[in-house]
Amino acid sequence: MALEVDKIRRDFPLFQQADKEGWVYLDSAATSQKPRSVLAAMNQFYEQENANAHRSSYALAERATLRYEAARERVRRFINAAATEEIIFTRNTTESINLAAFGWAGKFLRPGDEILISEMEHHSNLVPWQRVCQSTGAQLKFVEFDEQGRLVMKQFHQLLGPRTRLVAVAHMSNSLGTIHPMEAMIAAAHRAGSLVLIDAAQSAPHARLDVQALDADFIAFSAHKMLGPLGIGVLYGRRSLLEEMDPLLFGGNMIGRVEHLKTTWNDLPWKLEAGTQNLAGAVGLAAALDYLDELGMEAIEAHDRMLGQMAIQQLCAIPGIRVYGPPDAHGPVVSFNLENIHPHDLATFLDQERVAVRSGHHCCQLVMKRLRVAATARASFYLYNDEEDVRRLAAALYQAKDYFKKWL
Amino acid sequence: MALDELYQEILLDHYKHPRNKGRVENADLSVELKNPFCGDEILLTVRFEQDKISDMAFEGQGCVISQASASLMTEKIKGLGIDDAKQVIERFQRMLKREEDEHSDAVCSAACRHHASDEELDELNALQGVCEYPSRVKCAMLAWRSLMQALEQRKQTP
Repeated sequence: MALEVDKIRRDFPLFQQADKEGWVYLDSAATSQKPRSVLAAMNQFYEQENANAHRSSYALAERATLRYEAARERVRRFINAAATEEIIFTRNTTESINLAAFGWAGKFLRPGDEILISEMEHHSNLVPWQRVCQSTGAQLKFVEFDEQGRLVMKQFHQLLGPRTRLVAVAHMSNSLGTIHPMEAMIAAAHRAGSLVLIDAAQSAPHARLDVQALDADFIAFSAHKMLGPLGIGVLYGRRSLLEEMDPLLFGGNMIGRVEHLKTTWNDLPWKLEAGTQNLAGAVGLAAALDYLDELGMEAIEAHDRMLGQMAIQQLCAIPGIRVYGPPDAHGPVVSFNLENIHPHDLATFLDQERVAVRSGHHCCQLVMKRLRVAATARASFYLYNDEEDVRRLAAALYQAKDYFKKWL
Repeated sequence: MALDELYQEILLDHYKHPRNKGRVENADLSVELKNPFCGDEILLTVRFEQDKISDMAFEGQGCVISQASASLMTEKIKGLGIDDAKQVIERFQRMLKREEDEHSDAVCSAACRHHASDEELDELNALQGVCEYPSRVKCAMLAWRSLMQALEQRKQTP
């Protein structure tokens, strides 16, 4: 069933003011807006249930603990993990990837081992692996992408070998919007004996994430890009991997038995969650997942893809606009440039037209280097955007073209 | 604010026809800076004659604001004594520095709010409007930060 965007927008307090002022928000790939139900759930937690989890036995603390662990179960159900112990709460995707990188790869990789990533990765799925390779002596290998912005699959299969211990790739590129053939890549990696980490920061908000169907080993994503609050993310890991890996942080609640000179770890998932956690954040994330499931991830995926396709078509029709990324296999993230106008200048113009887009390198300097551009402008769409928003972007770009004529 | 106030003709002129673009021969110092926010880059080369900046040039790529600011800066600074150059830097920074009003809200610099030009800054006043766009101030400051680094290095190794 198609999404009723007008109705949806009424659930988002931020749009009440923005709609009055005529703003179009096209930067959900950076962070999404939050529905009232998420804000209310967090408020309710702070106003009625706030206490520290897993520490005390009075009723209020028990309730806070239950709420936190219920949120973990809500996440498990959303991504269809086999067990709640496989859901680790972190701050964000970056921390999730770092946890897998240093907790698992840093512990087990040896000189001669290889980590395979792509040139299209966000810095958060690149820099941690550089560091792990520096400390373990493992080697970092890169799959390149072609002119259309697709990973060169032939090269991927060539690079995949007996030394590959881990493949770490984003499901959907945050800079080009490319959706990679994840199932095929995971199957090939597993055949080669390698584990797979998926950076699902961009894909989780837009499509059903079923970790068992995907058969991935680690999956990282953030709440704030999928209607949830800032400051909470998830690392899903296969239980056996989480069991064998080391914590990244040490301290409260992650311990089993503490002696003067040594300590044993708590059970999963708490072993990997040191210190007081973001309980209200977890509660907010659970409410966001309720909201998404209410609308239906299939309907959301169809809606967002439709907007992405529509944006690509309308932008490609504007002379002087270059759209990056493949025309198909493309999510609702559209990167573009107008002639040789710097995207910063373009974004400032669009801002005057009340169209909010991102401009810059999108934390993907390797992508910009391969595209031979300093930066791009990027419009991203979500369930609260509609066709009118795409038209507003296209119309503003026609005006921009006119305005910048004298610069060329 | 109308966009034309930000993108004044003089800035477009410097963007399209940058002055002192390239590298100074026999430069005493070169400073390369990158604005990680947008990927703007600048390479500033400087030659000194005693306490005077006798020649300077820039290479780089980026938005109108960053490139025009670099071009205008070289025009203004070239030939100045180091102390005079420092004064210009200070005045330029003051023009773009946001301040707090009586309600502790961040507002534009007095110069920007009152459209008060600083005569000492000549054509650099054209960059006054950037103050209204805090994220773009970094673009305008990129060349200037590289100049400050150059002067700092000069102080350490005269």
